[in-house]
Amino acid sequence: MSNLPKPLDVLQQHYGPHLSRMEGIRLSASVEADSVVKTHCCFCGQQCGIQLKVRDNMVIGFEPWFEFPFNQGMLCPKGVKRYLQGSHPDRLLHALQRDPDSPSGFREMHYEEAIARVAAEIERIQTRYGPDAMSILTGASLTTEKAYLMGKFARVCLKTRYIDYNGRLCMVSAGAGNKKAFGIDRAANPWNDILGAEVIWISGSNIAECSPITTNYVWQAREHGAKIVVVDPRITPIARTCDLFLPVKPGRDVALFNGILNLMIEHDWLDHDFIRDATVGFDEVAAHVREWTPRRTAEVTGIAEKSIRAAAELWGTARTSFLLHARGIEHHSHGVQNVLGAINMVLASGRIGREHCGYATITGQGNGQGGREHGQKAEQLPGMRDVENAEDRAYIAGVWGVDPDSLPHAGVDAYELFRKIDRGEIKGLLSICFNPKVSLPDNHFVTRALEKLEFYVAIDFFLNETAEHADIVLPGSLHEEDEGVVTQVEGRVIKINKAVDPPGEARQDWRIIQDIAAALGRPHGMQFQSPREIFDELRVASKGGIADYSGITYEKIERQYGVFWPCPSDDHPGTPRLFEPGSWNPIAKGAGPFYFPDGRARFNVARYSPPAEDVDADYPVILTTGRVVSQFLSGTQTRRIGPLVDQYPEPRIEMHPRMAERYGIADGDLVTIESRRGSLTLHAQVVTTIRPDTIFVPYHWAGAQSVNQVTISAQDPISKIPEFKVCAVRIRKA
Amino acid sequence: MTVPAEFEFFVDPNRCIGCQSCVQACSECDTHRGHPMIHLQYVDRPISVQTVPVICMHCDSPTCAEVCPADAIKRTEDGVVQSARKPRCIACNNCVLACPFGVPKMNTEFQLMMKCDMCYDRTSVGMKPMCASVCPSGALWYGTREELERLRPRSRPINTFQFGGQTITTKVNMMVPVDTPAANIDVTAAMNEEAINPTNVLENVFDDEPT
Repeated sequence: MSNLPKPLDVLQQHYGPHLSRMEGIRLSASVEADSVVKTHCCFCGQQCGIQLKVRDNMVIGFEPWFEFPFNQGMLCPKGVKRYLQGSHPDRLLHALQRDPDSPSGFREMHYEEAIARVAAEIERIQTRYGPDAMSILTGASLTTEKAYLMGKFARVCLKTRYIDYNGRLCMVSAGAGNKKAFGIDRAANPWNDILGAEVIWISGSNIAECSPITTNYVWQAREHGAKIVVVDPRITPIARTCDLFLPVKPGRDVALFNGILNLMIEHDWLDHDFIRDATVGFDEVAAHVREWTPRRTAEVTGIAEKSIRAAAELWGTARTSFLLHARGIEHHSHGVQNVLGAINMVLASGRIGREHCGYATITGQGNGQGGREHGQKAEQLPGMRDVENAEDRAYIAGVWGVDPDSLPHAGVDAYELFRKIDRGEIKGLLSICFNPKVSLPDNHFVTRALEKLEFYVAIDFFLNETAEHADIVLPGSLHEEDEGVVTQVEGRVIKINKAVDPPGEARQDWRIIQDIAAALGRPHGMQFQSPREIFDELRVASKGGIADYSGITYEKIERQYGVFWPCPSDDHPGTPRLFEPGSWNPIAKGAGPFYFPDGRARFNVARYSPPAEDVDADYPVILTTGRVVSQFLSGTQTRRIGPLVDQYPEPRIEMHPRMAERYGIADGDLVTIESRRGSLTLHAQVVTTIRPDTIFVPYHWAGAQSVNQVTISAQDPISKIPEFKVCAVRIRKA
Repeated sequence: MTVPAEFEFFVDPNRCIGCQSCVQACSECDTHRGHPMIHLQYVDRPISVQTVPVICMHCDSPTCAEVCPADAIKRTEDGVVQSARKPRCIACNNCVLACPFGVPKMNTEFQLMMKCDMCYDRTSVGMKPMCASVCPSGALWYGTREELERLRPRSRPINTFQFGGQTITTKVNMMVPVDTPAANIDVTAAMNEEAINPTNVLENVFDDEPT
């Protein structure tokens, strides 16, 4: 049983979240740092360069790192206060064992004893139920070395097919769409290409709050004449001054993209040469979008027809452009269709693979890119290889020194994994860097599944809300306590440097995983002495794959301020811009710039379908969810940093005055949101900056404040991303 | 040590995204560690996400210093108006009430007026202030006028402000659209201007007005 060992308030009293603040040495202006470490922020996919000031094994503050080219010293509030996550009162310093008789619900135990217990439980479960009864959930905040090791641990040590990661909630719709259209899953351009673009199209991306550093790129482009088009149900800070705001009804993005493409065709705003020479499938897509007349597009998207026409003209007649999207179009039961619709607009314009002609999804997590390349995804092996492809299996098995037939086949996505736990097919779980009880939709179901586990071991530095269910908790490492690489939003591989040692009995995560392997008596391939050794094997494992890191070294990263993959040889500088005419890749082998045997990009028919749960008489209000600038993901770190909590202490329900009036709600009133899955009560914030038929709630909070009690677990059939961005609810004054 | 004359501060609220990075970074500054001196506020959140950061404008003839009965506020040769000197400040609040930009804050615990000193510990040794170092939108920007003009062709800096009969020139510049005819910003008059489209910013953007 993995229910909570103590009531939530007791657990919180002992393990937090408590708030860290500037105190003691961190408040003193006279204290000199022992060292200043150049590294990167631990939070989002922008991966801003930052310098951490260290004294006596404690991070006491930061200095901007002006030389790092992506952010040039700029930081968002999370980056500024990230150092307060270290030396935190909630930090786990010892292994814990669930113990309902202990006052805190857990009892400290020796690290070695905990490792032995974990190994014994894994052995017991796998002997009794088979290797696949043990499962692993990981995350995209891990360094690429750790992500690689987790995939290897699953396939070589545990021999389970059931590993997946929290990028399933983040990057997979974009990844799947990019692979279908381009054959590769990476931002097509470096961010410098935003500067100089004539039109910047931003769909479903609250840039100012979720990727704040990108703001300056957008504003700089505007200084030199760029027009900004923003598609969003809310007037976000990046939308406030845009040239054209398209207030799309949540869940209707693909209809807009199809409508724009239809107008591009009607007005012949097309790059015929590019379409003929560098793509396939245009005619079928053109036939499909014919039904998306401006009138029908307006009716489905809720956007004024004249705005749709204006947007099509801006996009259609531009000479250079950059299209950006993020979770706003991806978190849907048809997220991949949305992404394909956006890409169709780009391909028809021919504006890709050239200077100031770009396309990218804005990666959410710190290692959202690198964490999705090297084998912690259910269906993937390192180097973006396919776990079901015989050639890929043979290559990786060779690197790992195992029989290809011994490699497990594809598993299931993170949500399906919980369904398998619920059905009793999976009995054990090891989680690291993932807090699904907060971050997955319909999270009452996730809690019920957690309670059915026979054994659950969590690795974390704080006791997150999911880990509260664990039988054993192993104290892992903070970002600043280890080194390794991550790949940021542009596809630039950068280096995280160690600033301090893990405190107490806490260990670097890769050591913990290898200790478990050793205790299981299955140490094969799990005996690395350093992240550098892991990286060196990863370079070999990725060689010849799509995400080829073989020419990247720690030294080259330091020297060049990062290396853009693919980088297939020691003398290769890396590849900032993909798809340049005449470029070579291992799939096309010179036939063309795109990653298919014929070197051509694919148009894909992008079909519109309404959200899985549309509004009706019983649940007449659209709920959409997202982030605020001062919090990050499930809040395990940011809900423990006082100044960030002060900035936005609790979630609020954004709603339009017209909706508020209908329900007799005033600004600040407590309001209950109910869906078919759950309910929650929060304060209302009445603002005209949101569609009148939609409410918005940010998702970073746990328990009674978690909006994921209400959201729906409908998933995209291809990417398996959940539909966080739309479900049907009703509201009433509480 | 003085702030080099070629470096200037430029504020452009048009760019501001309200992220509070400046506020959080301000509290990291060694001259007032733990106490942010920036004012960052929504103009009118019910109808807009517009926010405005306000730092000390470092007036050429600082009203705060002029009204100080204890001579606690000094403007150094480089044009920076320093925060109140602790031995002299009598916490009378004159400066807080008199500053036309509303910048000084009274710290009742310390019995001391505190305000932005343009990160004097940093700027006086040639570094950028904390807020303008981290600001991810460029709303707070510090550098040479030459570089600014290259980066921001759509705007031009203004440093003269009208408050009723009082004309104030400042070390800090405010960016306005390049085609703005006015040579200064009449702050008092602007306070009485009607907002454009004050109640429904989402007018004329929907196909069928959603209910």
